Amino acid sequence: MKQFLLFQDHPVLSLLLWATLAIVLLYMARKQAHQAIRSFSRVLSTGFRLAARSVLGAEQRLRHRNREVLLAAGMIEVEKEIEREFLRVEAVVKQDLQTYPAFHRSMSDLLVKIDEDYSQSTEVPPSPPTWIAAVDAVAQIPESKDGGVATILGEIHKTLDRQHKAAMAEYRKSSGTRHTLLKRMMPTWRKLSQTLEKVGKTITGLQERAQVIDSRMNDYEAMRTMSATAERKLSSSSLTQFVIAGLVMLIAIGGAVINFNLIALPMSEMVGGGSYIGPFKTANVAALVIILVEVSMGLFLMESLRITHLFPIIGSMDDRMRRKMIWISFSILLTLACVESALAFMRDQIAADNEALKQSLAGVQAVTSSADNWIPTLGQMVMGLVLPFALTFVAIPLESFIHASRTVIGITVMWLLRLFALALRLLGNTSYYCGRVIISLYDLLIFPLLWAEEKMSRPRPAAATVQASKEVPQ
Amino acid sequence: MKRFALFLLLVLILLPLGCANTTSHSQAVYMLMDTSGTYTAELNKAQAIINYLLGTLQPGDSLAVARIDTGSFSEKDIIQKITFEGRPSGANEQKRAFRQAMDTFVANVKGSSYTDITGGVLQAVEYLNETGAGRKTILIFSDMEEELKEGYVRDFPIQISGITVVALNVTKLRKDIMDPRKYMGRLEEWKKRVEAGGGKWRVVNDLERLDRILEG
Repeated sequence: MKQFLLFQDHPVLSLLLWATLAIVLLYMARKQAHQAIRSFSRVLSTGFRLAARSVLGAEQRLRHRNREVLLAAGMIEVEKEIEREFLRVEAVVKQDLQTYPAFHRSMSDLLVKIDEDYSQSTEVPPSPPTWIAAVDAVAQIPESKDGGVATILGEIHKTLDRQHKAAMAEYRKSSGTRHTLLKRMMPTWRKLSQTLEKVGKTITGLQERAQVIDSRMNDYEAMRTMSATAERKLSSSSLTQFVIAGLVMLIAIGGAVINFNLIALPMSEMVGGGSYIGPFKTANVAALVIILVEVSMGLFLMESLRITHLFPIIGSMDDRMRRKMIWISFSILLTLACVESALAFMRDQIAADNEALKQSLAGVQAVTSSADNWIPTLGQMVMGLVLPFALTFVAIPLESFIHASRTVIGITVMWLLRLFALALRLLGNTSYYCGRVIISLYDLLIFPLLWAEEKMSRPRPAAATVQASKEVPQ
Repeated sequence: MKRFALFLLLVLILLPLGCANTTSHSQAVYMLMDTSGTYTAELNKAQAIINYLLGTLQPGDSLAVARIDTGSFSEKDIIQKITFEGRPSGANEQKRAFRQAMDTFVANVKGSSYTDITGGVLQAVEYLNETGAGRKTILIFSDMEEELKEGYVRDFPIQISGITVVALNVTKLRKDIMDPRKYMGRLEEWKKRVEAGGGKWRVVNDLERLDRILEG
């Protein structure tokens, strides 16, 4: 340090001299230094801006890709729904409308029958008796005291009475027949009414299906034209699916934990409690493997039943092979469930034995088992049997989770890229303004010389005034 | 839940490496019981410790109990030794039999004239190294006052690397009460000897806290 002291006894003076020298040097190099600082800050700023632009480009490409993936997935989904609706329509047409000719014939037959019955049931007016003219003629005979005429009229009256009764009986009989016919028409009418109602329902159902198909077709059209509304709708649906599927997966993991605890202890009876694979007990690893195999079998079962579509190779198998696959995976699952149930039973036995040993070692009188001790044992066995099948259904939320996570991860990465681009732009601007600040600070350091330069370069106002006053009289 | 997830993750990561891992996870405990003089009166406490060990040790672990007498560097002084089998039910049966044997021994024990602790420790080291266990512990249930018969040579360094030596129920003798420095000096001497041999030394006098015996 001492070698920098120009005057050994006056360090302050030396410092002042060094400072002056530095200021002079800085003043002399001012132009070049400014250029260097400006260039450096510009290089940094441009670099950051370019990087930001590149990141934004990547973000846009990713957004475009995400959009494509989202819409493609949405379109596949809608296609499936439309296909399903068409299948339903086909089923309705096959079930109800395929038999329409027979149906129509049946209705025609019914109508003919009704018509015939109706025709038969019409009331026929009784024909007027032919002897009425004779009665009129007899009635024209003038009244006399002849007893013969009275007798004849009496006889006529009797005959008339008899005829009237016979005609009435005949009329009642035919009316009865007509009523019987009309009564017989009732069920036919009802049947006809029911048949028409059924046809009406079928037609209404078809109309509803057609409305659903229309609505889905509109959605499909919106997706095909890549509309922002469709994208937003699908994106929001994906996020909802992600959350719901994640929640169900958490529940399934909880079930797997319970399952693990149920079989880990008894597994030590099978594979030994003292052996290890790496830092883990073999029994624990074996229990975990059993659970994972169960989950895998569940996935295969769901896949073979075409409930999920995680493995296209299983989905594209022919039906015979697929049925075989269903039976194989179900058999393995059932076997494992039975094994788990047995292990759960064994767990109870081992736990009881351990407890008894601990009590005897502690010198405590062993507690006599109550009669209801079989309830927890049975409960554990049932859990051991049911949990593997319950875990099978984890395939459904897993598929949704995987599909939804594609969108969610895409959106997250997009946001991260956007943030990164923002940070880069910020850095670019900061480096640009930092360059300007450094230039200002540089000038601040050498301000005495700059001030002097400014003073020297500016013409003196006093001198200028004097010069002007001298020039006025001339 | 967190533990299960961590376990699952670790299994998936370490399973491929697991086969190459040769670290033993079993534990071996060798307990030395002082049967000299008046210390035999303390043996019921030793029984409680053995019961605790039987309740704590897992299938695959080893346990041996030996007596300290005039010449403890001998297999004859091992009262009972066992390596518990892998199946928990089998291990439980072995533990019951072990306990029975220890009860019989304590009921019929006779006091010895001398206390050869070093010989017992040497025998313990030999046994523990043969088990190949990952964690090895020697429990010395004694007042740690060594009394050797004439002609017995024990004043040499002992090799006990990788073994934890725990002195249990180190009772104060009459002379310790008169001059506590003797008690502390005796323990310090043993500590130096064990640590010089590469072992770890610990004293547990509070038998209410037996969980401290096997920790670390």
